Amino acid sequence: MTQFLQQLINGLSLGSIYALIALGYTMVYGIIKLINFAHGDIYMLGAYIGFICTAQLGMSFFPALVAAMAVCALIGVVIERIAYKPLRNATRITALITAIGVSYFLEASTQKVMGTGVKTFPQVLANQKIMIGDVMITTQQIAIFATTIGLMLLLQFIVRKTKVGRAMRAVSVDADAARLMGVNVDMTISYTFAIGSALAGAAGVLVGLYYNSINPLMGMLPGVKAFIAAVFGGIGIIPGAMFGGFFIGIVETLVSGYGSSLYKDAVVYIILIIILVVKPAGLLGKNIKEKV
Amino acid sequence: MTVLKVSGLTKNFGGLAAVSNVNLEIEERELIGLIGPNGAGKTTLFNLLTGVYDPSEGKIELNVEGTMKSIGGLKPYVITGLGLARTFQNIRLFKNMTVLDNVKLAMNKSVKYSTLAAILRLPSYYREEQRVLEEAVKLLEVVGLAEKQTTLAKNLPYGQQRKLEIARALAAKPKILFLDEPAAGMNPQETTELTELIHQIKEQFNLTVVLIEHDMSLVMKICERIYVLDYGKCIADGTPDAIKNNRRVIEAYLGED
Repeated sequence: MTQFLQQLINGLSLGSIYALIALGYTMVYGIIKLINFAHGDIYMLGAYIGFICTAQLGMSFFPALVAAMAVCALIGVVIERIAYKPLRNATRITALITAIGVSYFLEASTQKVMGTGVKTFPQVLANQKIMIGDVMITTQQIAIFATTIGLMLLLQFIVRKTKVGRAMRAVSVDADAARLMGVNVDMTISYTFAIGSALAGAAGVLVGLYYNSINPLMGMLPGVKAFIAAVFGGIGIIPGAMFGGFFIGIVETLVSGYGSSLYKDAVVYIILIIILVVKPAGLLGKNIKEKV
Repeated sequence: MTVLKVSGLTKNFGGLAAVSNVNLEIEERELIGLIGPNGAGKTTLFNLLTGVYDPSEGKIELNVEGTMKSIGGLKPYVITGLGLARTFQNIRLFKNMTVLDNVKLAMNKSVKYSTLAAILRLPSYYREEQRVLEEAVKLLEVVGLAEKQTTLAKNLPYGQQRKLEIARALAAKPKILFLDEPAAGMNPQETTELTELIHQIKEQFNLTVVLIEHDMSLVMKICERIYVLDYGKCIADGTPDAIKNNRRVIEAYLGED
């Protein structure tokens, strides 16, 4: 039981990271039906910006988090304007391949600028162990979880209660109708990329803090796993991405804890296969009947 | 005062001229009907006027604060901001949003707060959201949907969806309202209610209204002036009585003998 609770807590920390990345996948898919495969690399950039802010500029945790989110938001918007916007009316596969290209570009550029090696992320947050019975929680885990929940609440607020949120929801349903109701669709898409990228940037800083080491290719695997989390919850559905992220994180740590960490990736991919076979629209998704 | 002037407007799709050399001149607070057989180019004309399509040729001028401004080729959301709003032939509500949010969305352009102000919950956010809420509820009262605020748009009955589209278009604060077949699929009772609603909003909001409609009794009853399209060309315009007796119009609808 103790081990189960312990793994659950570790899973929630990892799941927080996946959920934050998954939100960006799902929001972008919701609004322009693009699987943005460069999204995992935005997360990597977030970690590097966090690294620069803390290790080189001497910032503390919170300012570094905000700075990483802001810079990632900007990078997300610029990528969309340069790489995806010209392809708005192209076939979906064209945009998808472009996204893969952007992903490699970001990885290679980071390798060029920051070096290919692993960097050590400074411990900007005191890491104390708190024992509850036999279960250990670190203050970092609490910080990760609290930051994630805070950002999710903020996201829900923006999407549900503000004009940008209304515009985002309307564009995802019918972009042409939204345009005719006075909505600046390009601006709304930029906002979506900004918010999704900011969340990925936050995840990058949190992961740097949690694992202490970052490298230019660190975005690949979590990017794929967060994508699976988004598909699991129902791509395009925001609560689905949150749920999927936590679920995948917990499953992964449980597999590592009880079975073997060798299988943790395999299990996540098996989940993807099962969900695609059994409920392709995702857990919270509705199957759309093709109209004849 | 002329509010909308269209001259020599043409739209070609490949070799087909869907709209060909159309001229319109619409005065402030007129109620204009746009009729014609299926495929005559009525909706295409609406799409040109609201910026969905760029014109192949011709000019569209809108009266913006006293001066005629060319709006051909402007982005749809800019044109909407200048005072044109529309409804759709096949209803295009934001189905998964509430009735209230559908109306609020169309007010986005007039909402003055930044997203940052919203995140920080500054007073400007609360003030503007409150204003938008009050205005949206007022518009829903006008079309009789105030009790349905929290219903999802897709769950409204058909006739009410049409009314919600009108409320949403009004929320964009138009000077000219384009209604694309507002009575399509309605029963006689609903059509009567709609006729009253159109009159009411025209008076209450000082609107110029242009409507496409196949229900001739509705068109003849409420329109002050009618334009008739056939094969993309404007073949007649005039009062309902003149149109009823126009030979070319009768030929277009019934065929030549």
